[in-house]
Amino acid sequence: MRKGLSWFNVTSIALGFAFLYIPIILLVVYSFNASRLVTVWAGFSTHWYWQLFQNEQLLDAAWVTLRVAFITASVATVLGTMAAITLTRYGRFNGRMLFSGMIYAPLVMPEVITGLSLLLLFVAVNIDRGFWTITLAHITFTMCFVCVVVQSRLVTFDRSLEEAALDLGCPPLKTFLVVTLPIILPAVISGWMLAFTLSLDDLVIASFTTGPGATTLPMRIYSQVRLGVTPEINAACTLLIAIVTVVVIITSIMTKRQEMERQKAERLAAAG
Amino acid sequence: MTGKARGRWLVVAIPYLWLLALFLIPFLIVFKISLSQDAIAQPPYTPVFDLAAGWEAFKQSLGELSIDNYGYVLSWDNEFIEAYGSSLWIAGISTVLLLLVGYPIAYAMARAPKSIRPTLLMLVILPFWTSFLIRVYAWIGILSPEGLLNQLLIALGILSPDAPLQILATDTAVYIGIVYSYLPFMILPLYSALEKMDETLLEAAADLGCPPLSAFWKITWPLSLPGVFAGCLLCFIPAVGEFVIPDLLGGSDTLMIGKVLWTEFSVNRSWTVSSAVAVLLLLVLVVPIVFYQNVQQRELEGR
Amino acid sequence: MSAGVAEKTQKTIGGIRRKFAPWNDPSAVPLIRFQNVTKRFGDFIAIENLSLDIYEREFFALLGPSGCGKTTLMRMLAGFEEPNEGRITLAGEDLVGTPPYRRPVNMMFQSYALFPHMSVWDNIAFGLRQDGMEKGAVAARVEEMLKLVKLGQFAKRKPHQLSGGQRQRVALARSLAKRPKVLLLDEPLGALDKKLREETQFELMDLQMELGMTFLIVTHDQEEAMTVADRIAVMNHGKLVQVDQPAVIYEHPNSRYVADFVGDVNILDATVVSVEPGLVTVRPVAAPDRLFRIAQECPAKAGDSVAIALRPEKLRVELDPPADTSVNCLSGEIWDIGYLGDLSIYHVELPGGSRVKAAKPNLTRMVERPISWEDKVYVSFSPDAGVVLTS
Repeated sequence: MRKGLSWFNVTSIALGFAFLYIPIILLVVYSFNASRLVTVWAGFSTHWYWQLFQNEQLLDAAWVTLRVAFITASVATVLGTMAAITLTRYGRFNGRMLFSGMIYAPLVMPEVITGLSLLLLFVAVNIDRGFWTITLAHITFTMCFVCVVVQSRLVTFDRSLEEAALDLGCPPLKTFLVVTLPIILPAVISGWMLAFTLSLDDLVIASFTTGPGATTLPMRIYSQVRLGVTPEINAACTLLIAIVTVVVIITSIMTKRQEMERQKAERLAAAG
Repeated sequence: MTGKARGRWLVVAIPYLWLLALFLIPFLIVFKISLSQDAIAQPPYTPVFDLAAGWEAFKQSLGELSIDNYGYVLSWDNEFIEAYGSSLWIAGISTVLLLLVGYPIAYAMARAPKSIRPTLLMLVILPFWTSFLIRVYAWIGILSPEGLLNQLLIALGILSPDAPLQILATDTAVYIGIVYSYLPFMILPLYSALEKMDETLLEAAADLGCPPLSAFWKITWPLSLPGVFAGCLLCFIPAVGEFVIPDLLGGSDTLMIGKVLWTEFSVNRSWTVSSAVAVLLLLVLVVPIVFYQNVQQRELEGR
Repeated sequence: MSAGVAEKTQKTIGGIRRKFAPWNDPSAVPLIRFQNVTKRFGDFIAIENLSLDIYEREFFALLGPSGCGKTTLMRMLAGFEEPNEGRITLAGEDLVGTPPYRRPVNMMFQSYALFPHMSVWDNIAFGLRQDGMEKGAVAARVEEMLKLVKLGQFAKRKPHQLSGGQRQRVALARSLAKRPKVLLLDEPLGALDKKLREETQFELMDLQMELGMTFLIVTHDQEEAMTVADRIAVMNHGKLVQVDQPAVIYEHPNSRYVADFVGDVNILDATVVSVEPGLVTVRPVAAPDRLFRIAQECPAKAGDSVAIALRPEKLRVELDPPADTSVNCLSGEIWDIGYLGDLSIYHVELPGGSRVKAAKPNLTRMVERPISWEDKVYVSFSPDAGVVLTS
């Protein structure tokens, strides 16, 4: 019955979001704490942010992480999209079961297993471990996430649009580029973003597959966290959260504006 | 082969070969190494197959494989079996907790006015975009003995200052950490199952004399089961092998197999034993993983 | 439903149908009463101060375009919406405030709303189990319902394994299983194709007769309403425009809106020339040199502007002029012809530029059209063909 949200529903949402957000908010608040003790409030200060920008190890790690994440996301998006097309469009082919198994299993595979197995592979083929082995490992597990995101868009895709393009004389590859891709682009972009953040976020697989010289930000943060909580880490985390939040908000405002413009155009068209 | 067929072939082959090389073959290597012995060498195990050394050498290497590592892992004297058991237990309890916390939220979101649903959905996903490590880290500051939770409880007069709650470094902290980190993975599949449900079914149930609570158990719950399965598997399977959460929030007596594997690998430096641990972990999880694949396939491929 | 039932009830139906008119009997007590009901959704008024009585064993249709409030009215009876003002009573009991699961009415949903995870059998048994009916009785009633809708061999199937027509029958059986005092049908045949729809309309009528229940149907299809209903309420913008038997609605619409909504019609503006008991004389605006005489009591006075409704099938189209061309006759040119097989529709353009439609049954096989494009024709009608509309 359309009575809006019941008291129970409002409470669940409020409590749920409180649970999700309070820890993050506290983390951000305490990054501005003047005291070294994370738990005692001693006044507002941006001291830890200055400290952070002088911590070269951390900045180096951040730079490595961003590069890994960027390459990972870009390659994984291409591979994941190809895999999604294969799974939604190619029907049955030899080895399909194995293929879809290899796509879905990494989504839930415990990271320690993936990490260990990739490390042993890199040892067996005797590659120097470091930046590129982390990137290869990241591409492998993030492409499966991209595949699922793109696939869920492709299953609802109206095939007759492609058929119309083919019917009008557009060759298949061009059809994909000028018809299919623009329509599934939002899914491809969110696949890219997902791969980017997953790579940015990963600690376990990177720790297994790295070698001397390549330390990612999560690895650096982890080693400091193990030594205890410091406001400097809070500051680093706050910056990361700020970046992610700004990006997500900008994207959602952009999509919303696009949607509103579309609706406005439709209204005008209907009225005209 | 025509150009078109070659194009199609490439689209399948590139991701396929990639996954074969970087996902499937590594597992075979793990399996092989789990049958090897540790050695002080590079790589640190023996035998090493070297095809260049010829067939005889290969056969000899084959003879050196043994299941000793499995015997070691499965012996009651060592803590591995306990670690498997307690991992499954912790992951199981956490999954139940996740379902209890996540279901009402997903339900409320699916019943919210259509206009605010995208915003709610974004708010659920947003924490996921911030680092997993950061989110776990945030709880250290809250749960530690001099942490914010204890400070709050003491300030409210519920606790006395000299007897703070010891939550950090216990299993409770691990439960909280897992529930907190995995909550979006539980909510999203539940939400998509609940949102898909046709609300007139509930009207039909009411019309036929079924009060709301009973209608929930007879209609809503059974129809949301695919989401329940997907959410539970999506949380349970990775949680069994979880490493960061028990390491940062758990105590020294919190036994989880991911942590054991990590220690075996990075502290004890035994690649062969950690491989055996990984193979057995995979064996434990193979049933839920296959189940999960079926759920995914039905969801995404409509079969 | 079945041939046997049809035979058995055929005679009685005729007899009962002819005499059944409780709305004319001042001593009859209505089963359902809407009294001054108003329903608002925010600023939008869905139902405005509406009163309506429906009698026991009546097959009542709510007819109107989408958004006219007919579905809201039905949903208030089912209990899915509560009125903001007014009372709704069923057999003397006030329903307002009673939740839907405690009301003795059942509804057949437009989407059928069959529970996808339950078999046909369990769907039909659902309502009975809610009442705590004992197992044997549930089984007996479900079997009876399955037989009634001829779905016995489909009992174990799930809804997605059935055709549209079969699902419609399951939905019907499920809503009938509890023997409700009133069955509500929300566009029950909307999803069926034309042929099946027409068949099912007659089945519904027989079923209603046989079970002796009160049916309330919501539809936007005027033919469906005319076929099945004892009385029709035509609604517009949350108000009742006309409530009457189908023939009255069609032959004596009380307004331009009803005339236009129910069936095909020509509406011509006219000025009243004189009013006598049982006869109105008007001058049509489109043909000021002619007069229309219409046999009807009319509250209008000379000089009033009115509208004349003329149904196409009541107009004669001829090449030769009738005896008197000055009264109830228009002349013009054939502008277009629609050949429908059984009928041909002639669009006649009058000298002033306005057009009227006239339908002519094709009584013989046509090889060449007796009347063709651009022919000069005369359109005439008898005094009891037209209706004077004052609103």
